[in-house]
Amino acid sequence: MLRVTTFIVLATVLILLLVNLLHKDDPINKSQYELRQKYIFKPSAKVDHSKFTALQRDFETPQEVTETCISCHNERHIEVMHSNHWNWDRVEYVEGKGIAKLGKKNVLNNFCIGASGNEQACAKCHIGFGMDGNTFDFTNARNVDCMVCHDQSEAYFKGAALAGYPDRNVNLTEVAQHVGRPNKINCGACHFYSGGGNNVKHGDLEESLLSCSRTTDVHMASNGINMDCVDCHTAEKHQIKGRLYSVSSTNTNRLECTECHTTKPHLNDLLNRHYSKVSCQTCHIPTYAKENATKMNWLWSEAGKLDENGQPYHEEDTMGNHSYLSIKGSFKWEKNVQPEYYWFNGKAKHYALGDTVSTFPIQVNALLGDADDPHAKIYPVKVHRGNQIYDPNTKMLIQPRLYAESKGDSAFWEDFDWALAAEAGMKDVGLPYSGEYKFVDTEMYWPVNHMVAPKNEALSCNECHVSQNGRLASLEGLYLPGRDRNYWIDLFGHLLLIGSFAGVGIHTFARIVASKSKNN
Amino acid sequence: MRKVYIYKKFERFWHWTQAALIFFLAVTGFEVHDSFSLFGFENAVMYHRIASYLLLGLIAFSIFWHFTTGEWKQYVPTISKLKAQVHYYTVGMFKGEHHPTIKSPRKKLNPLQAMVYLGFKLVMAPIVILSGLLYMYYKTFDANDTIIISDIPLDIIAWAHTLGAFLLLSFIIVHVYMTTTGHTPTSNIKGMLTGWEMLEDEDEQNKEEISVEKDEKKRIK
Repeated sequence: MLRVTTFIVLATVLILLLVNLLHKDDPINKSQYELRQKYIFKPSAKVDHSKFTALQRDFETPQEVTETCISCHNERHIEVMHSNHWNWDRVEYVEGKGIAKLGKKNVLNNFCIGASGNEQACAKCHIGFGMDGNTFDFTNARNVDCMVCHDQSEAYFKGAALAGYPDRNVNLTEVAQHVGRPNKINCGACHFYSGGGNNVKHGDLEESLLSCSRTTDVHMASNGINMDCVDCHTAEKHQIKGRLYSVSSTNTNRLECTECHTTKPHLNDLLNRHYSKVSCQTCHIPTYAKENATKMNWLWSEAGKLDENGQPYHEEDTMGNHSYLSIKGSFKWEKNVQPEYYWFNGKAKHYALGDTVSTFPIQVNALLGDADDPHAKIYPVKVHRGNQIYDPNTKMLIQPRLYAESKGDSAFWEDFDWALAAEAGMKDVGLPYSGEYKFVDTEMYWPVNHMVAPKNEALSCNECHVSQNGRLASLEGLYLPGRDRNYWIDLFGHLLLIGSFAGVGIHTFARIVASKSKNN
Repeated sequence: MRKVYIYKKFERFWHWTQAALIFFLAVTGFEVHDSFSLFGFENAVMYHRIASYLLLGLIAFSIFWHFTTGEWKQYVPTISKLKAQVHYYTVGMFKGEHHPTIKSPRKKLNPLQAMVYLGFKLVMAPIVILSGLLYMYYKTFDANDTIIISDIPLDIIAWAHTLGAFLLLSFIIVHVYMTTTGHTPTSNIKGMLTGWEMLEDEDEQNKEEISVEKDEKKRIK
């Protein structure tokens, strides 16, 4: 009896032990879990604007709406007028330039080149009314466009080439009565379609994010936590958090994943330690432009070809995107793009109007930082390559006049004459033009921050820690285990091993021979 | 010839565990080096780390054992008979000559072994262990992170670690081969497994010593 009892007790203990040792639950990442709970609740509107009598009227002009907004929300317009969205530039301490003003007003890009002189069209994405040239009054509060960001009716949109005015068909009363916290489309109206079409510029910001799955973006997924832009890009006094390095240059006011996820988000310490040199985005955004293609290459030198009737024409690629436009040149689009990887410390050096350069390709916004920089990390970057118009004598990139309402105004998009467009454009911005132009290669860098993949799709170790064709194959300045090795040590080691085997082999052979001759 | 209990229990445990760990560390380590792929990089790194801690623990015990038992004296290098030992391995054994030295529990290692194992303990093992610890605790400087090791470039650490690994591998190849040079090709390995090994008697040893010395004509009798 005692033996049976002992046996049963021991067997039970053994089984319990085995179950405990062999059964393994995935540990809960508690901070992750808590974050999800936090963002489940969407802030609801505190008031119903349609019940305010001040808004129950017809509005003749959008400025009247703004005045009405300010009548209650007084002083908010001052905050807006301090923002980059309004000013299109900001005063910053820029490395190598000192205190400088930098922004859409004076930086160039290698898409539509620059806004200066083309404001009538470009100001569609300015949060104001009537910016049709460089005479716009940035101190006039009436021209602040509250609706473009705060409209919740989805009935508001700005007109094409109306200098930022809403389309004439917009029912301003309807819009004014339905305002609130910006949602995705408010931001997306400009940030998804920048560069003249969906996903042209960013690659990681486009209209599919309005309703996407977790595979496309874990944060904004409609079958996921369904976050809005402003959940992360919070604002204080209308100054929105986050940096876009096509127009920013300093390591300030950046929005980091770590603000929610902390610097040690993984349960695995070895992964956490990567953060000292690797940004979160590097592993967690394996590809961008997941749903719709993005523009990767733009050759302005091809622009200006006309069909047999002397009319501009267009061609499309297999995905249905423009591959050629007479007004803009030829393009290459790509989908599911693997980013390129660069060291980046949060600072960028921009080409600003009037800068002279003679090294090519010209980096219109070089991302700064290298492996030895304690603040630099490896970031995934979309690099947009192309060529654009340049003055070989003044060594300046040219701001051409692209847009005009009709022919005869020297605008390239109407007259297709580079010489005229260059002369008129440079005159608009008050810079010299030698009368000679050519096309030079340019590169533009877009750090990729959105389209974060679900964790099981994050990069695995051996996509970088591998000796051949890894994602970081061309990244310099660091010793990457698995990728790197010292040629001489490996050579010595292999010779040593071969030598050891050879020595052992020869010795064995000699012993066999010796023992045979002894036996004989 | 008689059967002698030469390797104690701990000694055998230590030897074989260390052998297994070093073999496992070599496999996982060279996988991290991208010499081949077996477990996958992430697992290889994890296993390599676990095994390295086990090895460190084992080494701590073995150091304690060596000093408390006085076994460390086995590794004190001697010059006498070193030449004879080299002569034996390169020439003598092919002519059917006898081992110039006799193995006994007091003197388990011949002079050449003592020298090489001391090299193992004082050069090869420290190179891989120290570089390995630096490698494991390597963290580059970051505003948010503590600096543990940042002033030594990682490439230097990694190169040292790789070099040590190659030296160890080559040691193992030769070491395993040399076990076949006992009385019979397997007698040494059996000894290390069971603790018991057939050894020559001390008396025979004296005779052998005399005959060797005669051969070398160092002393006229």
